[in-house]
Amino acid sequence: MFYREAGDFKTSYREDNQTFPIRFDRMGFYAALAVAYGVIPLVIDDYWANAVFVPFLIYAIAAIGLNILVGYAGQVSLGTGGFMAVGAYAVYKLMTAFPDVPVFIHVLLAGGITAAVGVLFGLPSLRIKGFYLAVATLAAQFFLVWLFNKVPWFYNYSASGQITAPDRSMFGVFVTGAQTSATAKYMFCLILLTLVALVARNLTRGTIGRKWMAIRDMDIAAEIIGVNPLTTKITAFAVSSFFIGIAGALFFSVYLGAAEVGEAFGINKSFLILFMVIIGGLGSIFGSFAGAAFLVLLPVFLKNVLVGGLGWPTDLAAHIELMIVGGLIIVFLIAEPHGLAQLWRVAKEKLRLWPFPH
Amino acid sequence: MKKTFAALVAAAITATALPASAELVVPNLSYRTGPFAAGGIPYADGFNDYFTLLNERDGGIGGEKVVVPECETAYNTEKGVECYESTKGMGALAYNPLSTGITYQLIPKMAADGITLYTPGYGRTSAANGKVFEWVFNYPANYWDGASVAVKYLLDQSGGSLEGKKITLLYHNSAYGKEPIRTLEELAKKHGFKLTTLPIDSPGQEQKSQWLQVRRDKPDYVLFWGWGVMNQVAIQEAANIKFPMDHFIGIWWSGSENDVKPAGAGANGYKALTMHGVGTDYPIYADLKKYVYDPGKASGPAEAEGSVIYSRGMYAAVVIAEAIRKAQELAGHANVNAAEVRNGFEALEITDARMAELGLPNFGQPFAATCADHGGPGGAMIQQWDAAAGKWTLVTGFIAPDKEVLDPLIAADSEAYAKEAGLTERCK
Repeated sequence: MFYREAGDFKTSYREDNQTFPIRFDRMGFYAALAVAYGVIPLVIDDYWANAVFVPFLIYAIAAIGLNILVGYAGQVSLGTGGFMAVGAYAVYKLMTAFPDVPVFIHVLLAGGITAAVGVLFGLPSLRIKGFYLAVATLAAQFFLVWLFNKVPWFYNYSASGQITAPDRSMFGVFVTGAQTSATAKYMFCLILLTLVALVARNLTRGTIGRKWMAIRDMDIAAEIIGVNPLTTKITAFAVSSFFIGIAGALFFSVYLGAAEVGEAFGINKSFLILFMVIIGGLGSIFGSFAGAAFLVLLPVFLKNVLVGGLGWPTDLAAHIELMIVGGLIIVFLIAEPHGLAQLWRVAKEKLRLWPFPH
Repeated sequence: MKKTFAALVAAAITATALPASAELVVPNLSYRTGPFAAGGIPYADGFNDYFTLLNERDGGIGGEKVVVPECETAYNTEKGVECYESTKGMGALAYNPLSTGITYQLIPKMAADGITLYTPGYGRTSAANGKVFEWVFNYPANYWDGASVAVKYLLDQSGGSLEGKKITLLYHNSAYGKEPIRTLEELAKKHGFKLTTLPIDSPGQEQKSQWLQVRRDKPDYVLFWGWGVMNQVAIQEAANIKFPMDHFIGIWWSGSENDVKPAGAGANGYKALTMHGVGTDYPIYADLKKYVYDPGKASGPAEAEGSVIYSRGMYAAVVIAEAIRKAQELAGHANVNAAEVRNGFEALEITDARMAELGLPNFGQPFAATCADHGGPGGAMIQQWDAAAGKWTLVTGFIAPDKEVLDPLIAADSEAYAKEAGLTERCK
């Protein structure tokens, strides 16, 4: 009724292979983009930007990055926090060393540096799999955090080991530092997220993505049909770390403004992003968005309802919030082990047939 | 007893959200959950209770009620950002986040928003230089003062010379714990002691390897920069390896009753710095009892009243309230805004007589802020834990820090910040 292919004829391969083959989906996608670019920037204020949208956009980038590695290529990683830290410290060093270069380029370069580090730590994946690889990436997490704590060069020898994002502008508008407007923060992250999502979506639909999935599903079979495990696994680590590096760079420079490696990029961050990917749906770009939204927005929403709305004491609300989020995660994983993306897929199937299910 | 002040506050906020509030808003970014709650809870309660007292007894400050919306940060910087953004729109006059990490994050933001950041005894030490940090105040004392006071005390203990002695700094591996390192390095050069630094990763429940190293190195003294659950573990570990407790000195954040009680008799003799008095022997407690505790308006449980961290939360509230009072005096009207409150902080002078008037005689040291000096005198006392009596006893009076060493360090660090942030010096 609302959601169907009937009458939506494709006359070329190009049309047949587009990302959203169903018109209703396509319209929804364009509408979402229009709202994100056309409406939200006009109405956003500091609270909505800093507490809701900017963290959501940045976590979505990180979740897409991790989803490529875990969901598409099947390589479990617990080093996400460490890789985000690489992005953050890379962008900090670049911003302070080359103040005249636009920060957009610094963010991309920080992603590139993270990709190189990711490849380095991805090398063991050629020999070890599954849980053992998870442990190897866990080593990356602890090593990187230790490194950024230990070597003062990374934090420009500041007394406290904190890194602080200097004010940087693009086209006369501040995008990092304290004077940045809510709109600028939001737009900067949104543009990067859009680019990342488009690249990720198209990579996963092409040869590279198919190779990743072949390796994920059965590496020996993939090797027999001619997929090179070396380049495939290494590209998965590189692309994933590139996105995670961008997320780390934005997390520090645009969102927090000042960061400390152990606190901002600790093991908790690795788990948080892994949970986003699992709850959202492994091997799904939409799932990355859904997972990030669930874990970023729900706590803020609950806090506002419990403390702001019901007037509960803050400590009680904080404890209840943990319980509710934890409970919901369990419920979701029991009801739908393939994540929110699968729920969405099932809903779409139902809608397609509705109201005549046979 | 936990008659949820927060609930009242939230109700007050919702009630006053619509009319442009003519009240003084001082948000309390507290943490009552997580590994640092042991310190966060009494601090927040002391902070709340003092403002409740002002509202109940005096009808606020200068006739304006004070509203203290509370927001839970869990000592986490991301939640700290959320809390700051959600409360600043209420017309917040000053913030006291009780977290060095959150402080670092808020310093540039609050300068841009024009709100005062008050960080007594924590935060960025070089913010004491008002020429660079217009919106940050950290009097009466900061970490570098603390480090210097501790070393001066040790000098005194070891007969005037620390030549060839070994001092170990055991610290929370974060901005907070790293703050004193630079000062201690300078002091080590000056006094010829050997400094070893041992980081403990947050939250610090596991410290076996660090204490093994202490056992191997056999330092003469251990200085300790810990917070939250880490304090109890460290004191227990020190007792376990039979480290002489009177050679183990904590910063003021590592010297509360919660930290020493779990180690029982083993903690006897442990020393810590303090920048204010403790206990309920001050006249203000009569008023607190009459207007706050007895009517059931206290923010926390009765046993925390007068404890070290509770007293410190109250002290912070006293200073903020005095700064607002000063601002009202300067502005000539009671309904001051954030910029006027900053002027109040800068013109603030707390004398012994004023402290006595407030019901807190000899509670803290007198200080006077100026445009250039946002740091205060920086004195601290040494207190020692008496496990049998279950209380802290002061073993010294206020010891002044070694400004000769600290001032150049503060100048250098704040200049580096000014350069990075592109600021020009004020107060010319």
